[in-house]
Amino acid sequence: MKKTAIATLAASLFVAASMPVLAQTVTDNEIRIGVLTDLSGIYSAIEGPGGVLAAQMAAKDFGGQVLGKKIVITSADTQSKADLASSKAREMFERDKVDMIVGNVSTASALAAMEVAEQFKKVSIVTGAASLQITNEKCTPYSVHYVYDTYALSRGTGKAVVDSGKKTWFFVTADYAFGHTLERDSTEVVVANGGKVLGGVKHPINTQDFSSFMAQAQASKAEVIALANAGGDTIGSVKQAAELGLMNSKQTLVPLLMFTSDIQALGLRQTSGMTFTEGWYWDHSDANRKFAERFMKEFKGKAPTSPQAGVYSATMQYLKAVEATKTDNSDAVIKQMKAVEINDGLFKGKIRADGKFEHDMYLLEVKKPNESKNPNDVAKVIKVIAAKDATLPLSQSKCKFVTK
Amino acid sequence: MFEFLGITPQALVSQLLIGLINGSFYALLSLGLAVIFGLLNVINFIHGAQYMLGAMVAWIGLTQLGNWIGMPEFQLNYFVALFLAPLIVGLFSIVIEKTMLKRLYHLDHLYGLLLTFGLALVIEGMFRHWFGALGNSYPVPDVLQGGVRIGELFMPYYRLWVVFLALLVCFATWFFIERTSLGSLLRAGTENPKLLQALGVNVPLIVTLTYGAGCALAAFAGVMAAPIYQVTAVMGSNLIIVVFAVVVIGGMGSIAGAILTGLGLGVVEGLTKVFYPQASSISIFVIMIIVLLIKPAGLFGKSN
Repeated sequence: MKKTAIATLAASLFVAASMPVLAQTVTDNEIRIGVLTDLSGIYSAIEGPGGVLAAQMAAKDFGGQVLGKKIVITSADTQSKADLASSKAREMFERDKVDMIVGNVSTASALAAMEVAEQFKKVSIVTGAASLQITNEKCTPYSVHYVYDTYALSRGTGKAVVDSGKKTWFFVTADYAFGHTLERDSTEVVVANGGKVLGGVKHPINTQDFSSFMAQAQASKAEVIALANAGGDTIGSVKQAAELGLMNSKQTLVPLLMFTSDIQALGLRQTSGMTFTEGWYWDHSDANRKFAERFMKEFKGKAPTSPQAGVYSATMQYLKAVEATKTDNSDAVIKQMKAVEINDGLFKGKIRADGKFEHDMYLLEVKKPNESKNPNDVAKVIKVIAAKDATLPLSQSKCKFVTK
Repeated sequence: MFEFLGITPQALVSQLLIGLINGSFYALLSLGLAVIFGLLNVINFIHGAQYMLGAMVAWIGLTQLGNWIGMPEFQLNYFVALFLAPLIVGLFSIVIEKTMLKRLYHLDHLYGLLLTFGLALVIEGMFRHWFGALGNSYPVPDVLQGGVRIGELFMPYYRLWVVFLALLVCFATWFFIERTSLGSLLRAGTENPKLLQALGVNVPLIVTLTYGAGCALAAFAGVMAAPIYQVTAVMGSNLIIVVFAVVVIGGMGSIAGAILTGLGLGVVEGLTKVFYPQASSISIFVIMIIVLLIKPAGLFGKSN
């Protein structure tokens, strides 16, 4: 009897000793979410201040608090530069005691921030950057890739264009990690579907004048001129291609990554008929439209882009996971995030072991000027790409901790 | 003979032509900088912002002004903007000169540089806040739509118009400063302002007007650039660094040097875009380093 009592006491002491770990709910009494994104640089229109707004909306919709602790949203500007992303992420974790970072529009800055997040063992959710590397070669146990990647973009647009009979390709590629991966992934799709790549040109990021590159693309006589760039570079490419008369020729301009914000900046006259792949489009479902309307009210009437919707959804999912696990411990939260099915009206799918959020993608076509009812009404969904076709199979993953 | 370069002669000619077009922008912008530096000894870092303002005035006039003044039909024509935008930006710059820049003339160059750099950041920040980072499209005016096929290249009429106009303005400015009596006063002002003042010439007025004119040149280039590039708040800041390199290579303060170097470097950059595109954004700076090592005063500058 006495022995049992001692054993029980010992056991309960053991439990009590381990209690602080289990009962550790929320450190420093607040849940802090850092929106780390490009607020003023070349990609700021893609996510930027709208991404901060989306995170604030999510915090508000969640009731402003989780587990009785206040949700605080902070933000920092990476200007899409890797060094800034790295130092700002460090600042967020060290000084601001941020529990999770969300955002990052450029691959270079996303990879830099992910590395810091892994050192601090904090969750980082990438909503804007596109490179497949984020969940492949460069994956970390704490990162999630939310909206789209270069694999999905190339499977969507690349396949649709080759299938339409346009077999010869020329790439105009941004000369950094994202552009290289997008070109590589698209080339795979083109070749696998019987197409051929005739050549390409790599331009420095943030180039002013594309006419020289467009003239080279023109001279290549390729049927498809594919743009493996983004934001201001895509806009410059399209604008100067139009100027050089490419739009009315036999050659087709194909932007491999384009956002509603890019189309609005260019105008429908220059972009109508172009196809592009997106992870989310505001006018696709009632739930999307409802979210978009609320967003527009607070954002000068501009519809949310897919990364902005991604920030909202990702923040929600993170908060839900914190609530379910009753802790802000990253290991527990990320495990929970990867365990549940996500269906919040905006996105539907599951986050895989490598951190890739597997969900349907959409092939869109830019509307003609007379089809568009308002400045936000720029495209229509012409095809839904099933999640499994838009995601690199886990069996081919190069992610170091994924067991195949 | 071009086979070993991997490019046909026609393609090479068209690339040279494209380079010349960009070069004419460099020439026009570096000309304004050179004039301002020559007379005021001010390194005018707002030049890029003034170029952007020129394009913005044209775009606002075309698409926004009508709604603002309650006449949605009203559109400020491109050719009117070409005249009006430099005037507005010139006057704005004169206000800056009169209220701020003037106080720094007796100090080191660096102070002027810091002031204008700060102003550029403020102006660009405001326009980014108002009109977004991606900016807006400005259509090519109807009369200049279309183009002509030169070999393999489709050359838009608008670009030819830009080269023509830029060269015309560059030549006129050079002629005015180097060959007219008013220009000689300007040059005298650079050499010895005190003596010129003693001869009864209103030197501060000349200085103010020169600054206004130099900045108006930037705005003029901005309006010309609007239909080619996207009209954004940062369009000038991308260009200004290159243009400074052009001025340094040409020789600070040399008018003809700025024009010729601008055109030449546009062509060099164009060729880099063909043979090694990855380096196109740094080719001008590599040349700058080489020139500074061999001839520190610049190609056309006088060392003092």
